Amino acid sequence: MSEVFTKSTARNIYYGGSLFFVLLFLALTFDTVNRMPKHDHRQNLTQSVADGKRVWEENNCIGCHTLIGEGAYFAPELGNVYKRRGGDFIKAWIKSQPTRIPGRRQMPQFNLTEKQLDDMVAFLKWTGEIDTNNWPPNIEG
Amino acid sequence: MKYQSQSVAKLYFIAAIGLFVGQIVFGLVMGLQYVWGDFLFPAIPFNVARMVHTNLLIVWLLFGFMGAGYYLIPEEAERELVSPKLAVVLFWIFLVAGALTILGYLLVPYAGLAKMTGNEYFPTMGREFLEQPTITKIGIVIVALGFLYNVGMTVIKGRKTVINMVMLTGLLGLAVMFLFSFYNPDNLVMDKYFWWWVVHLWVEGVWELILAGMLAFVLIKITGIDREVIEKWVYLIIALTLISGIIGTGHHYYWIGTPDYWKPLGSIFSALEPIPFFLMVIYAFNMVNRRRREHPNKAATLWALGTPVMAFLGAGVWGFLHTLAPVNYFTHGTQITASHGHMAFYGAYAMIVMAMISYAMPLLRGRAGANCQRAQLWEMWSFWLMTVAMVFITLFLTAAGVIQVWFQRYTENPEPFMVVQDKITIFYWLRELAGVIFFIGLICYIVSFFIKEDKPAKA
Repeated sequence: MSEVFTKSTARNIYYGGSLFFVLLFLALTFDTVNRMPKHDHRQNLTQSVADGKRVWEENNCIGCHTLIGEGAYFAPELGNVYKRRGGDFIKAWIKSQPTRIPGRRQMPQFNLTEKQLDDMVAFLKWTGEIDTNNWPPNIEG
Repeated sequence: MKYQSQSVAKLYFIAAIGLFVGQIVFGLVMGLQYVWGDFLFPAIPFNVARMVHTNLLIVWLLFGFMGAGYYLIPEEAERELVSPKLAVVLFWIFLVAGALTILGYLLVPYAGLAKMTGNEYFPTMGREFLEQPTITKIGIVIVALGFLYNVGMTVIKGRKTVINMVMLTGLLGLAVMFLFSFYNPDNLVMDKYFWWWVVHLWVEGVWELILAGMLAFVLIKITGIDREVIEKWVYLIIALTLISGIIGTGHHYYWIGTPDYWKPLGSIFSALEPIPFFLMVIYAFNMVNRRRREHPNKAATLWALGTPVMAFLGAGVWGFLHTLAPVNYFTHGTQITASHGHMAFYGAYAMIVMAMISYAMPLLRGRAGANCQRAQLWEMWSFWLMTVAMVFITLFLTAAGVIQVWFQRYTENPEPFMVVQDKITIFYWLRELAGVIFFIGLICYIVSFFIKEDKPAKA
């Protein structure tokens, strides 16, 4: 390998290859961002959805749950929880935590206001309507 | 140690090891919470423990990378660091900011921390791995810029070796990609798309350049192999890393509201991602087998050989296991992901930092080339305990993941999340047990630093 494949060949593959794939990635990103409105139904992204995302973030929900498969694996997937449980259940559930059943995994009480609860439901409903190529495979997430 | 200013690396390495201990303690807490749900509740809810666990990991690896930079860049550049004083100042800023952030996680409810730090004015918090308050993120950028100035000027004014250029490119990339953590749109799909520019393009992109640079440096030092040979391998490995890894980002774009073409693109390119790791295994063993000197630091050699093997298994093989879109459809966001994450981070990044520390620390402490035999023995025991424990953690999580995927995703009558979790409790117990072994290994590692030097032993 030493004679045919020299250090400068390797270096050229590194620089050339990286540059090519960085540019390709940027082009694909440009295209993806352009097509995204078809998948993310941003026309339905209301102020309440945006506020709900903030509530989601500022209580670190991702620290236990997954959202479309990303996050922690300690508690159920919530990307499709609106479809699984509905808005009223979600609000009641959050309000009633923690269950304090001995030995069971516990969710903290976040003391959310009624508006924050509604925003959270709006955010989870909107998230559930993103075109995710049919993921998750079933309603259990 | 050839240059006085390299000694600042010692601070960074000590902090890295200290934070590593913290990371593992919180890992054990979380492991227990998986089987004993209300353990430490409500004092330390799972989400807080996890945030501490993952953030400490990131921060100790950053300390390790910076320490490695301060150690190897002057030596490669053949000159003193431009400003050792800046390196010390930045160390304390980073350590204090990091400690305050972790204390904030532990002592204040997260929503309170968000309020205290003004998250509403510039919201960046509450996304996985990027939970730090915005002000901490700004601090990280400042520390990174100061660090890059320091090592960058050192390279510019000194010898420009391949190792230095690769290291610098990796570190620069690390800082640049982190800037995307400040982009947090209301649109979750856009948020997720660019969140991966930090997370994926770090660990499967620019961090691998840092890994390659550090490994090359250690291999040159312990084997005495001509750097021309090593450099060719380095170029080849990082070329394949970026060629596969950049478009390989697509394996995160299957289900988040992005176009369909990411399925074939992500599958094909991420299937290539194990190749550079495999080459790294061949190269490391080749270099050590063809060594031109017998370096007295056997422990450093062990780490340098262990890193590519475990990186190949954890990042390469366990990554490939669930990277193809049809497989990922079922495994996405399960314990399979967790199993891969554990071995990949340990194998690729924790181990390379320990390889670097193992090589550099005896020299930083003014010892002749290596620690005494007894200290090395402790260190090698720690290597095997931690590495074997990590293999078992990974295997148990994989078993848990397979069962989880089966009952929750694959059968005709899928069962709810918590019902399935109860079925895999045994594997969580076994994982916790393996975690305890890992922790014992870590204690051996710490002990190895406190073994007193004997009188110079005859080789």
